[in-house]
Amino acid sequence: MIPQPCMLEVTDLTKTFSGVKALDAVQLQVRKGEVHALMGENGAGKSTLMKILIGLLKPDSGDILFEGSSLKAANVHEVLQKGIAMIHQEMLNVPELTVAQNIFLGRETTGGLFRWLNDSSRSKQAAALLAHLGVSIPPDAKVKHLSVAEMQMVEIAKAISNDVKVLIMDEPTSALADAEVTTLFSIIRELTQKGVSVIYISHKMDEIFTIADTVTVLRDGQYIGRYPATDLTENTLIKLMVGRELDRLFPESTTQPGAEVLSVKHLSRKGAFSDISFAVHAGEVLGLAGLMGAGRTEVARAIYGLDSIHTGEIYLKGQPITLKSPQDAIRQGIGYVSEDRKQLGLIPALSVKYNITLGSLSTYADGGFIRSQRESTAAVEVMANLRIKATSPDQPVVYLSGGNQQKVVIGKVLQANPVVVILDEPTRGIDIGAKSEIYKLIHQLKASGIAIILISSELPELLGLSDRVLVLAKGTQTALLSKEEATQETIMRYAMQP
Amino acid sequence: MMNTSFTQVTQSTKTRFGQLGQYGLLIAFIGICLTLSLTTPRFFTVQNLMIIVTQVSINALLAFGVTFIIITGGIDLSIGSMVAVTGVAAASFAHPDTYPVVVPVLIGLSAGLLFGAFNGFVITRSHVPPFIVTLGTMTIGRGLALILSKGRPVSNLSDSFNFIGGGKILGVPTLIIILIVAFIGCSVLLKKTVIGRYMYAVGGNEQAARASGIPISKVKMIVYTLGGLLAALAGILLTSRITTGQPNAGQGFELDAIAAAIIGGTSTSGGTGTMTGTLLGALLIGVISNGLDLLNVTSYYQEVVMGAIIIGAVVLDSMNQKRAA
Repeated sequence: MIPQPCMLEVTDLTKTFSGVKALDAVQLQVRKGEVHALMGENGAGKSTLMKILIGLLKPDSGDILFEGSSLKAANVHEVLQKGIAMIHQEMLNVPELTVAQNIFLGRETTGGLFRWLNDSSRSKQAAALLAHLGVSIPPDAKVKHLSVAEMQMVEIAKAISNDVKVLIMDEPTSALADAEVTTLFSIIRELTQKGVSVIYISHKMDEIFTIADTVTVLRDGQYIGRYPATDLTENTLIKLMVGRELDRLFPESTTQPGAEVLSVKHLSRKGAFSDISFAVHAGEVLGLAGLMGAGRTEVARAIYGLDSIHTGEIYLKGQPITLKSPQDAIRQGIGYVSEDRKQLGLIPALSVKYNITLGSLSTYADGGFIRSQRESTAAVEVMANLRIKATSPDQPVVYLSGGNQQKVVIGKVLQANPVVVILDEPTRGIDIGAKSEIYKLIHQLKASGIAIILISSELPELLGLSDRVLVLAKGTQTALLSKEEATQETIMRYAMQP
Repeated sequence: MMNTSFTQVTQSTKTRFGQLGQYGLLIAFIGICLTLSLTTPRFFTVQNLMIIVTQVSINALLAFGVTFIIITGGIDLSIGSMVAVTGVAAASFAHPDTYPVVVPVLIGLSAGLLFGAFNGFVITRSHVPPFIVTLGTMTIGRGLALILSKGRPVSNLSDSFNFIGGGKILGVPTLIIILIVAFIGCSVLLKKTVIGRYMYAVGGNEQAARASGIPISKVKMIVYTLGGLLAALAGILLTSRITTGQPNAGQGFELDAIAAAIIGGTSTSGGTGTMTGTLLGALLIGVISNGLDLLNVTSYYQEVVMGAIIIGAVVLDSMNQKRAA
């Protein structure tokens, strides 16, 4: 391949927040038409760098050259005009507007005497764009009816319609199923062939090696280096990011599963799942595998009393139980760590301490009055046990990193002394260091005799931690595999089944 | 690690601006008091300060109730009407030589409790936004007050009833004593009890609160009932002080109460707020309107000033939050 010219060149970029260097002389060189992965743990400075690139933040020193001109002082609007667009981790769209209206938001065309909106021509343009991307999304559908994957395609279409030259993607696959990831990757390849450069941020190693041409690694705000992807292996890359060798990611477990703790029989919920039966034992990790929309989270929500079930029974230690609310489930000893930390896990404005004790507050209270000493002691203990990094127990939880927030949620659930814990995508969006700590924690829980139901879309994680794997597909269960039977291939085969 | 130090920085700035926000109100309050003391000799007299606190106390009681409600992410527009209903109901049983004074008081409080519980019931069962529900019950309450009183003021109340809101104990107006007791009670409930913590959780993120096992409906029932109870207390005190049960009393009181809570730093999106802030907010409103009175500013201009202060307080608050974020 002929080396392509450099599109975007960042030199010695430095950004300081109140005396702390978030970026320290960082370099980034993105060539035309390449996929450039930006790697680093959470807090390495990736977000700050991206915010500077799209004009949200101004650097203290250093320069950004884009097609020969400096972007150092450009604002968000100017950067977009020049052709740098970002697809955010959280979709920024107007749910009540149509696909076409979202794509051309801020660039509406008007016509006629009264300057009425000309939606139909925009709708046609949108249809053409989407067809060009090879996706079948009706341009007149309201965005609120789209799946996350489809919303992402809309965002990409929006970027292309802006004549994008550099497209920044922040964790684009975090909510996508495997098939959708494949579509996304083929779109990325098509874009790069047309000369668009893609800056790709992800925590998923396999994706980096599938899609990236070049990798730039940041660590603690420092520039570590730029490498052709082919020169790296997963281990060398992790070492560069973390700056140390990680212990083996999945420690061997010697815990033998004990008595049955929770079982469900013929569990069904209309439109979500039907005829689900399984049991999980003390000290056992039961993995729930399946594609997006297979019904894994829906089953978990039903067992936790968040959604009602239409038929079927739930048994706890052999006794049938009915759950009308999470409150009932917690009382019975069922804990749930949701896949959606922000929506279902945390009260952002409350402190770390208050979040940790929220689910078990009455245990620190006499006659409805909270004994703050007892509460603080408990919270500090949890923070130490789970190694939650915060400036103090009184820091609002919203300022913690993703991994630490996740540990707060887990800590809260464990404070209620559950006998069975459902972990739904417990490592989504957190860095590799925090991941390995959560894996160790799962082993500790196992050893203490807690039954665990683990939902994960990352198959290596599911395989590394589970004693048995239940595979769901389109709301029904297709296989219950032992540790020996469970491989990536068998799981995928059953997950695609009916 | 980078990560930790970065969060440390954002945290310390947050605390600094957060404290500035808290102290900002106190500084503004003291500043206004100082200015008024220097410009009008009548301001800083025991008599005038007593007048201010007496005037403030009714609004502050209502504002305490609405603070609980706003913290859970709700709103209550019906408290002004509740003042009228409970006042008229109490007055009807407070004529001389009829019932002992506890009877009208208990009748008034029960009326407020039922009214507030009804708000809570409809809000938790129907999932209609509190704004709409309490807009409805605001009108219903006004109608009920007129029905109960047949449209006429209920006067000729017993001396013992009139003492509740108009008397003095050891030279201190009863209103001030009741205000202090209610303030301490509400602060303790909000900060020191399980139910108080649940209020913050429900307003901060209702879904997560539910997933944490918090009984959402129970919390909401409690805050609206509390709002009704405090409105009843205000209604009884007002009736007692003006020695008449007025079916038209309390019109617009809900807005003053909400204003006090908001000026005091309670966010209308829920999850934040303190009783101290609300009390300061109510005092600030009282001092400013008293000061404008003393400076002979007509009431028309007073309304304009008050509106500007509400907006200004919220703008300052959101600027603080933005800088901290």
